[in-house]
Amino acid sequence: MTQESQAIQHEAAHPTPGTYFKIAMVLSILTAIEVGIFYLEFLSYGIIPILVLLSGAKFILVCMYYMHLKFDDRIFSTMFVAGLITAAGVTLALMTLFSFFA
Amino acid sequence: MASAVGAVGAAGHASTESGVWSWITTVDHKRIGILYGVSAILFFLLGGSEAFLIRMQLASADADLISSGVFSQLFTMHALTMVFLAIMPLGAAFFNFLIPLQIGARDVAFPRLNALSYWLFLFGAILLNSSFVFGGAPDAGWFAYANLTSSTYSPGDSMDYFTLGLLVLGISSLAAALNFVVTILNMRAPGMTLMRMPVFTWMALVVSFLLVFALPILTVGLIELLFWRFFDMPFFSAEFGGDPLLWQHIFWLFGHPEVYILILPAMGIVSEILPTFSRKPLFGYTAVVFAGVSIAFLGFAVWAHHMFTVGLGPVAIAAFSASTMLIAVPTGIKVFNWMGTIWGGSLDLRTPMLFAIGFIALFTIGGLSGVMHAAASSDAQQQDTYFIVAHIHYVLFGGAIVAVIGGIYYWFPKFSGHMYNETVGKINFWLMFLGMNLTFFPMHFLGLDGMPRRIYTYDANMGWDLWNGVATMGSLVLGLSFLIFIYNMVTSWLNGEPAEADPWDGRTLEWSIASPPPEYNFEEIPIVYDRDAWWAEKRGKVQHGVPVGGGSGEEEHSIHMPQPSYWPIVVSIGLIIASYGLVYNSGNFIVATIGLLVGIFGVYAWSFEPVNDPE
Amino acid sequence: MAQATADHGEHEATTTGLNHRKMLMWAFLGSDCMFFGSLIATYLVYKGRSLEGPLPIDVFSIPTTSVSTFVLLMSSMSMVLAYSALRRNRMKTFRVWLASTAIMGMTFLAFQVFEFRVFANHEVVVDCHAPIGELSIVELSVRNDKTVGCEATGHDEVEKQVGLTPKTNLFGSTFFTLTGFHGAHVTLGVIWLLTMFFLSFKKGMVTPERNLDLDLAALYWHFVDIVWIIIFTVVYLFGVFPGFA
Ligand SMILES: [Cu+2]
Repeated sequence: MTQESQAIQHEAAHPTPGTYFKIAMVLSILTAIEVGIFYLEFLSYGIIPILVLLSGAKFILVCMYYMHLKFDDRIFSTMFVAGLITAAGVTLALMTLFSFFA
Repeated sequence: MASAVGAVGAAGHASTESGVWSWITTVDHKRIGILYGVSAILFFLLGGSEAFLIRMQLASADADLISSGVFSQLFTMHALTMVFLAIMPLGAAFFNFLIPLQIGARDVAFPRLNALSYWLFLFGAILLNSSFVFGGAPDAGWFAYANLTSSTYSPGDSMDYFTLGLLVLGISSLAAALNFVVTILNMRAPGMTLMRMPVFTWMALVVSFLLVFALPILTVGLIELLFWRFFDMPFFSAEFGGDPLLWQHIFWLFGHPEVYILILPAMGIVSEILPTFSRKPLFGYTAVVFAGVSIAFLGFAVWAHHMFTVGLGPVAIAAFSASTMLIAVPTGIKVFNWMGTIWGGSLDLRTPMLFAIGFIALFTIGGLSGVMHAAASSDAQQQDTYFIVAHIHYVLFGGAIVAVIGGIYYWFPKFSGHMYNETVGKINFWLMFLGMNLTFFPMHFLGLDGMPRRIYTYDANMGWDLWNGVATMGSLVLGLSFLIFIYNMVTSWLNGEPAEADPWDGRTLEWSIASPPPEYNFEEIPIVYDRDAWWAEKRGKVQHGVPVGGGSGEEEHSIHMPQPSYWPIVVSIGLIIASYGLVYNSGNFIVATIGLLVGIFGVYAWSFEPVNDPE
Repeated sequence: MAQATADHGEHEATTTGLNHRKMLMWAFLGSDCMFFGSLIATYLVYKGRSLEGPLPIDVFSIPTTSVSTFVLLMSSMSMVLAYSALRRNRMKTFRVWLASTAIMGMTFLAFQVFEFRVFANHEVVVDCHAPIGELSIVELSVRNDKTVGCEATGHDEVEKQVGLTPKTNLFGSTFFTLTGFHGAHVTLGVIWLLTMFFLSFKKGMVTPERNLDLDLAALYWHFVDIVWIIIFTVVYLFGVFPGFA
């Protein structure tokens, strides 16, 4: 590995404060959109997928950059995502069994 | 860490000492394994005595040896003790003792966390059982179905002992599971890829992940139960629109993965014993490993098969029925591969091998009756009858316990440094095999004949006397076989022949070092080139990967071992004081707070204690 | 291997090259997902099953909670900035960001305490001329109250205190348990961060070489934040969404 590519890798592994700040701005804007959309009554049930997408995006941004999963070993993401998927599966299964969607 | 490098010689010296204090402060995985094992056997005897009282009461019709109230406490505590205080900690005993040895490590990743797991287990077990003395044990069944557990129907403290006891045991198991996940993934000797790991270690990894993901569900259920009882939060109260069935869902969402937590270590043990005494590598290693992993995955998708009769509706029942039957596939793969291992091998029918073969037979019977109640229509007939009791005892006694006893015989030379008595061991096996079938097989007939579970007596004209009498006779034989087991263990440990390092011509790394292993396990960390690493070394398949152990001790002084610590037991004591404080809160939480503060203080002191963890 | 430098303090002689404690933390966070997942599942299963009010639509104030959500999000940002400052050995900057993270955490907790108290003292005001079909369960019960209701008093507008506590209804039990345990996680995080803050004044305790200690606290802190991202959407926003009552 050359000196330069090492430097680049090092840079990639740890974003600069500027990047962290930009991500924070994106997170704030997404939250503002969430709250704003919420008051648009004409969307009706349409807000459900929109809000799910927006909060999912926030969730993923924090995980990838602030918790640096993007730059870390796959094992960490696997452990975390396994918990997430199981939790989501259990929640959806219970909601179905208790006729939430009926 | 400069400050952390203690006087290694002194540390090593301190923990090779005997004496009570050295055991209280030990962080050595082998000692913790032995503590787990001995405690679990004692609790097994307790749970066995409870079962024996149950059998005495049921031996004949209209008996009045035990009142109905005490009978309910006995069957509840029998199940809780066997599941949480005997089989799970026996698994933990094997994990502790064997995993570092099998992966070529000197200890677990977090030695003090490991000690914490043990002490929390011990104190949690004492907490749960102390309810017998303080006004009555839990009596709502080990599944503790709402509404039986409400403050109306269980007004005393018994269910609080249940809730807090299981919460403490849950913390213990979670800490242990996280520790083993890291240990197995991160402390394997060079060259030991995942697909070169011994099957026992593989199953330990799977079980640890199951615990990591299943325990929090139980924790949440227990917290809701606690809040329901303490603070009148209407979680399961129908008069508030709540649904008692939610508890059943939560409990079995944990409870079904739990049965794999109980049986997978046993499958791992058997997968170690069979190849060694067949003189053949395990048949279909990859298939056995992946079958174990897929059992764990499927285990999260079948919980409602415990609830076929509560009115889930045809679609849900069909789905859960199908997913349950699917589990028979990986289980069948395992049984097939064990048979394949024995097939054509040059069998050495020593005691551990007898237990392993006994396991296959008995577990298969239990597995078959399991498929019978996976069919929901047939389950509707079997639900809550002795047929289910027969099934679970074939898988948990005939399966888990028989394998674990076989495992104890197999590794006895390794952990005690002595040989057990082979003749007594064989008598032990045959008596246990006989007693087991005599006790539990007739329960199939009783169940099909309609005898319900959890009844404290029955009428003479029901026609259930004969098989109940046979079952009680069988339990006498089982009890006798256990006394023989204890006798063999105690006398062999005291007076048995000294064991060689490798008495069975073993395949895995633990047999490459002395019996019992030195405190640091491996003088030189082995390099692994093959699946059965120690066989490969002995048969000259590889050039000096595994150093032959039990050497000069020359290296000893450069090996850094973790130092003993008493903070784990301090933290555990704090949490137990807090638990008793919660059981006996009369509106104020002073004692609970004090306990919590002790625990927090312990955690701080622990974090700042200078150590030389392998870290 | 740029990664193997001591500077990282997280790549060492383990099988995977990953640090033990960091792996433990991620496995624990996976487990904690199941913990919060089960609490959220209970909340959702009981959603709309409460027999009496107050319900989310009666008590939630989205503007207030949006502010506290924003505060928690920003605390995540100051957390990463503290971490980044520590790695570059800017101790003063590090302490400023770490302290502001803890303060924002405490602000979030203060909002939560405030919110819980407001819920417990919830006042219901009903316009007696409003069409009955538009009233929520709890408004209807106040309207028809035998002592302070519209018919009993003959007023144009009636009011009554109908607080929401964990005992009131299923919504109260599941909501307070879920958000209460989240608050407990935040509290633990604040204690952890403050401990790191005070330790940083002791020589050699918090250093760039030992940034992993802070990294672990940060992972935990961000996790608590992302759990709130979900709670805010699922419990609060969906909670007052009319189609979901
Ligand atoms: Cu099951």
